[in-house]
Amino acid sequence: MSLYYAQTHEWAETEGNLATVGISDHAQHELGDIVFIELPEKGKKVVAGKFLCEVESVKAVSEIYSPVTGTVVEVNEELESSPEKINEDARANWICKIEFERVPESLMSEKEYLATLA
Amino acid sequence: MAKRTPLYDTHVALGGRIVDFAGYELPVQYETGIIAEHTAVRTKAGYFDCSHMGEFMLSGKEAEAALNHLLTNNFSGMLPGKVRYSLSCYENGGIVDDVLVYKFNDTKFMVVVNASNMEKDAAWFRANIKNYDVKFENISEKIALIAIQGPLSEEIVRKLTQEIPEKYYSFLENVDIDGVECLISRTGYTGEKGYEIYCPSKSATTIYGKVLEAGKEYGGIPCGLGARDTLRMEAGLPLYGHELSPEITAGETGLGFAIKMDKSDFIGKSAIQNHEAKYSRTGGLIIDRGIAREGSPIFSGSKEVGKVTSGTHSPTLEKSIIIVRILSEFLNASDLTVDVRGRKLKIELCSLPFYKSTKQ
Repeated sequence: MSLYYAQTHEWAETEGNLATVGISDHAQHELGDIVFIELPEKGKKVVAGKFLCEVESVKAVSEIYSPVTGTVVEVNEELESSPEKINEDARANWICKIEFERVPESLMSEKEYLATLA
Repeated sequence: MAKRTPLYDTHVALGGRIVDFAGYELPVQYETGIIAEHTAVRTKAGYFDCSHMGEFMLSGKEAEAALNHLLTNNFSGMLPGKVRYSLSCYENGGIVDDVLVYKFNDTKFMVVVNASNMEKDAAWFRANIKNYDVKFENISEKIALIAIQGPLSEEIVRKLTQEIPEKYYSFLENVDIDGVECLISRTGYTGEKGYEIYCPSKSATTIYGKVLEAGKEYGGIPCGLGARDTLRMEAGLPLYGHELSPEITAGETGLGFAIKMDKSDFIGKSAIQNHEAKYSRTGGLIIDRGIAREGSPIFSGSKEVGKVTSGTHSPTLEKSIIIVRILSEFLNASDLTVDVRGRKLKIELCSLPFYKSTKQ
């Protein structure tokens, strides 16, 4: 199991060819109170660095980008009724799982990612 | 370069997240977050730095006549110590700004204007008072404004002074708070009981510190622009640049209570009189999941019939709310939707406000 981060503040935890995806703690903090998430549809093809889904905080809408290229195979439906869970724990409350082939080179380790925030 | 209010350093020290608003660096929220700040105002109390607002003094024997010419509301017969809401219009009926007028006496008034319009308003006032015996002074830089809003706001203000304006939209001047001469009005922009303290800019940090201290036992907290916006939306209050603009005729704003057509004359009157009001301002709830923001088009079937002027998640209702500008003939349409980035969400219109306090 490996944990990666994208420059656009998403995380991907990979196990074999399955990546569990969410947003970073930094991202949830920057967004503020999250009140709505439009989850991606199961079966949706996504491309690394491109649009995955959107979340709305009280103030504004923000786009979430997919850290990997592949197919969405599962979504965390619990977030539909309780999107604020992302604020409570952004690492535990994943958004979706994506079947992918390879880890993009642009992804960073947690240590590298945290260094970009410093 | 954005300007700072006298409380800028205080906001930073309190953990405020600073954004640029109307040319000022102001906190959009603190660490508590918009929802917690919003809830504090609805249940306890919250404090807002409104020092960016503009204040004009109008004095002279024709001050009242000038205001009656410049503004849409009627200031004849207004009692000293009262506050009155008004619009200012262009000759074509479009809106210059919405303002509050404070009457000190027959020859002295204060007009409070939106920060984003302050320069424009000052020029507009100066240009339009020329024929009146009145002196205009822009004192915006000298005055700071702290709003204390919420059901427990009175308890907090009473710890600062016993001189409290009793009635909604009234004020007291020369109120002594810790040796500083302040003006306190029973006004606000949250739909909640509340007070606004005008004080000299140089004393703002002292007064704000007193408020923080006084409010601790009541659970009052500093609030940012984010909560200010969600609170005013729930209260159905218009915001210049959203519900009001030069492109929107005053007669289409639902603010008829502040537009006195029986007054002999005011700038924009004949345009408003001759303009057939086609649009209405009203509220709406989004039935499908999603949030619509300013600019989202509203459809009846495939026909575009209006636009969202403000939209947010309402923390009190826990619903997605919108304020809309819609062709009046579609007010009762049953097939209304709002287009949010290509998704058409079902909406139901409702009257404003979304929230009304029993104690305001």
